Amino acid sequence: MIAVRDLRFAYSGGFSLDVPVLDIDGGERVAVIGPSGSGKTTLLNLVSGIKVPEAGSVSLDGQDISILPDRSRRRVRAATIGFVFQEFALVDYLTAEGNVLYPYRIGAGLRLDQAARNRARDLLSRFGLGEKMQRRPAQLSQGERQRVAIARALVTRPKVILADEATGNLDPANKAAALDLLFDQAAETGAALLCVTHDHELLPRFDRVIDFADLRTPA
Amino acid sequence: MNALYLALANLRFHWARTLILVVAAALVMAVPVLTRALLAQGEASLTARAEATPLLLGTRGSRLDLVMAGAYFTDDLPEPTTMATSEAIWDGGLGIPVPLHTAFTADGNRIVGTTLDYFDLRDLAPVEGRPFALLGEAVLGAAVAARLDASIGDTVLSDPENLFDLDGAYPLEMTIAGILGPTGTPDDDAIFVDIKTAWVIQGIGHGHDDIIAEGEDMAAAAARVVQFARITEDNIDSFHFHGAPAGYPVTAVMVAPYDARSATILRGRYLDAEGPVQAVVPADVIDALVARLLRIASLIDAVTVVVGVAAGLALGLALFLSWRLRAPEMRTAFALGAGRGTIARLALAEVALVLVGAALLALPLVIALQSQAPTIASRLIALGS
Repeated sequence: MIAVRDLRFAYSGGFSLDVPVLDIDGGERVAVIGPSGSGKTTLLNLVSGIKVPEAGSVSLDGQDISILPDRSRRRVRAATIGFVFQEFALVDYLTAEGNVLYPYRIGAGLRLDQAARNRARDLLSRFGLGEKMQRRPAQLSQGERQRVAIARALVTRPKVILADEATGNLDPANKAAALDLLFDQAAETGAALLCVTHDHELLPRFDRVIDFADLRTPA
Repeated sequence: MNALYLALANLRFHWARTLILVVAAALVMAVPVLTRALLAQGEASLTARAEATPLLLGTRGSRLDLVMAGAYFTDDLPEPTTMATSEAIWDGGLGIPVPLHTAFTADGNRIVGTTLDYFDLRDLAPVEGRPFALLGEAVLGAAVAARLDASIGDTVLSDPENLFDLDGAYPLEMTIAGILGPTGTPDDDAIFVDIKTAWVIQGIGHGHDDIIAEGEDMAAAAARVVQFARITEDNIDSFHFHGAPAGYPVTAVMVAPYDARSATILRGRYLDAEGPVQAVVPADVIDALVARLLRIASLIDAVTVVVGVAAGLALGLALFLSWRLRAPEMRTAFALGAGRGTIARLALAEVALVLVGAALLALPLVIALQSQAPTIASRLIALGS
């Protein structure tokens, strides 16, 4: 599902991120660990096409997105990737349902139809938020906000789920619950899950762990 | 459609900020339009009234004060002339003189002492009641009647001029004999009385208890002679005037010359700069005033443009700062696949919605005030000074 080859990305500070080979199959759950500044988030940005590598390639579902123009990369990103952000990144003026449907509202080529609406409501109901769909983020608990953020990442049925410290702001109970949701949904749809985390307690639950400690090298 | 949805959701969520932006934008839109409308209406009202007033005579001095007081009943009064001016027109046989005495007010409304010829020359007729016929009767302009909620048979009391001036004007209670229909002119805001009634208010004429006669060659006044504050059928015969009528004061004399030749002759008679009386053609004075107003209007236009640009910049800054606060949302949108175009559409949608809201607020305001423009302009002209 994700195929990275000879990837190189230079930072302005004189360091570069080098990833010779990285393959993640559909349904595989991969954790990325490493110290702050080691390039974990950069890897997610390169895999999603937000950043473009200096060299090498990033393929999603067989398509090399590193050579695509910006507009095409954005469309591939919207259609293929689901993002879960560390701070949830919910939109304060939208309801829980509105936040889940946000990817359809931003003109990224996704069509908001009844099926998408039903999927959003179904996800929120399954995540225990059936009664709180019309509440805004400020009216939800931390755990509920994270569930809304996960629902937003899943509503487009992505083939790749990228999670950046998705459980970093949660208490242990909510942390485990959020991870359960992500794993269940990834397993249900066969999506590849690439999860950046600092939480070593969670690592045994992943199929594979990539340590970034050695990947950032002097340019 | 999605950009509009998101923009509307954001504006609704931040409703207080949105309300301020909409109201500010509405004012920026409405004020210049209303200013222009009032100016245009003011010019039209001024010009129409001036053209309907052929000639005004008054004491030599400010021509503008004479026209404003004689035709528009404003607060600034010229030095009064005398009834001799009016009588001279009768004697000359060149036109119909209409004396105007506008020195007093009742409940803040201008009392216009005149003759019935005024109604003929202005083509005025009461829609209720009749013209004044007796001393102490009043005919109200439509706006005054509405403000005072007055009807026929009610009374209006003239305002005291000076509480401590024992020789000054005392309030006179006047009976309403008629009410005029609306004309959209200063007549709507005036209270018309016979000019002798105005002189009674001024103290030139009065009525009081009988003086006790004590023989053929002598009379003794009672210790306390009561002056009447209201003219009734019972006391009207006691009212009398002191001094020569030709010396009684009038603010101005409106003249309707019989023809163009008479008008020319009349104007010629008052050309002498040393003479005490001047003749003014109101249209000439108002044309000059309107020309000045047009220059002021140009200045207002320039100021409006500057204020509009400043307000636009302030609104732009407010929107820009709100977008700065929304930077995390934009980063999320970008990560989820939005492009710069999407973000630009969102910004434009918000600006468009604010402007549409402002237009929807400004439009009824402009329509409502424009429909009232003649009244407002008339009131502003009447306030005058």
